[in-house]
Amino acid sequence: MSVNEKPQPPALMATGLGFHVGGVQILSDVDLTVPTGSFLGIIGPNGAGKTTLLNLLSGLLRASAGSIHLEGRDVTGVTPAGRTRLGVGRTFQTSSLFNSLSVFENARLSAQARLGGNARFWRRPRAADAASLAARDALERVGLEEMAMHVTGSLSHGDKRKLELAILLAGEARVLLLDEPMAGVHSEDVPLLTTLIGALHAEGRTVLMVEHHMSVVVGLADTIAVLDSGRLLACGPPDAVIANEDVQSAYLGQPL
Amino acid sequence: MTVFLSLTFSGVALGAIYFLAASGLSLIYGLMDILNFAHGLFMTLGAYAAWDAATHAPASWGAPVIFVVSLVAAVLGGALAAGLTEVLVIRPLYGRPVSQILVTIGLDLAATGLLLGAFGSNPQSLPVPLWMMEASHFAGVSLPNADYVAFAGGLVVLIALEWFLRRTRYGIIIRAGVENRTMVSALGINVARAFTLVFVIGGAMAGLAGLLYAVVFSGELVSPTQGDSLLIFAFIVVVIGGLGSIRGSAVAALMVGLVQDYTNFYLGNHPGMAEIGNLSVVLLLAVVLEWRPRGLFGSTL
Repeated sequence: MSVNEKPQPPALMATGLGFHVGGVQILSDVDLTVPTGSFLGIIGPNGAGKTTLLNLLSGLLRASAGSIHLEGRDVTGVTPAGRTRLGVGRTFQTSSLFNSLSVFENARLSAQARLGGNARFWRRPRAADAASLAARDALERVGLEEMAMHVTGSLSHGDKRKLELAILLAGEARVLLLDEPMAGVHSEDVPLLTTLIGALHAEGRTVLMVEHHMSVVVGLADTIAVLDSGRLLACGPPDAVIANEDVQSAYLGQPL
Repeated sequence: MTVFLSLTFSGVALGAIYFLAASGLSLIYGLMDILNFAHGLFMTLGAYAAWDAATHAPASWGAPVIFVVSLVAAVLGGALAAGLTEVLVIRPLYGRPVSQILVTIGLDLAATGLLLGAFGSNPQSLPVPLWMMEASHFAGVSLPNADYVAFAGGLVVLIALEWFLRRTRYGIIIRAGVENRTMVSALGINVARAFTLVFVIGGAMAGLAGLLYAVVFSGELVSPTQGDSLLIFAFIVVVIGGLGSIRGSAVAALMVGLVQDYTNFYLGNHPGMAEIGNLSVVLLLAVVLEWRPRGLFGSTL
């Protein structure tokens, strides 16, 4: 990186982020800066607010306090759809795929949303139009091209996770929010998915990943944030975070 | 055997009309969670549009052309009524499903009242080519041509609808939306446009159903409450078939049409059994729901 280069705004920045339901504080005063191209692992005990944080960042929940900036732009009030168009892609703990559609149609829908060809609905989605090509590319990228015409509901957990990544690719997401991408995945598929996520990051995408598999998090993330009871307990390089005493006591002495 | 066959054929024709009435209802519910009580109104308005077009068309056009004109008028009338309903009445109430359902009931009652006021409760006679009432022989069965027209109409619409839902951009959006509307809008897709489209398509089919029902089953008569009596069966078909499923609607419509036709003929002549056809349909509904609470093709979730 040259010294003269203009400082690039971080891919995502949360400032004083808080969320409460009624009187219950779920998340309070979270400050996070995620530089473009970095990989942030988010860990913490169950109920720490990890998914809430992703919901706030993707816009599914409206922040009660604080602000969110995407590539320097204030998106605190922007809808999930608006953030998708701005380049945020999100996967869910419980799969959010359309099970009755084919694998290809799931990927196509995402490309279609990005390319905005909806007005010409009478046009057949020909095999060669831009949305279909993007969908095919994305499926190929995650190794699902053979499954393109299968009904999504019939896929294994691992393949569903791959399809979710393909959907983010077809939508050209630059900032990936992954909520437990290994949840429910057969242990044989974990290394493959890990490699795939690593490759997507290596291509320059920014990744925020909530994950319980510590080996996966440590292997991929360059920074780890620890949430506990809705607060940011620690944030830093993996080694430092694991050595942190507060973090260890939050996990009640469990080995990380 | 001949009697049974001809009953089967006319049952299928009735089923085709039920399918036309029900499939739009099913799509609207599947995508928007609205039980659209104004769907009967779309059928009635389709039939009245057909009547209006047919009575105003110059006689020199000839009966077949006039019938085609009235067919087009029914489809356009239903589509227009449904499109306006969605944009003017449903859209301001997005996010308030109970109000949306209530407003469709109110609209149906008010518009039916207006039709009664404008045309009176006496049915209007729809000009139909004589050919429609003539019988054709097919597989040893003799049935009015109108029955074949109804069956052909249902089949063409089923094929067209399946093609639309599987092969077009909006078809994918609608199928995805029926499964999970929130996710579709989270993808950044304008679902409101799909809502209007589903209403327009449903209204077009309802208009066609209204016309065909008048021609085939009510002696070419058009009356203000016709759509509402058809709507009850359409709802039953939708529930039996599984809310949101087009194939389910098609299968259920055939079942309901056939059961109604058979029981009406074999049992309806006995004293006190005049309504047995309608009763049998409700019994069919109960049996199917006992067996599959989400309908034949309903999602298992």
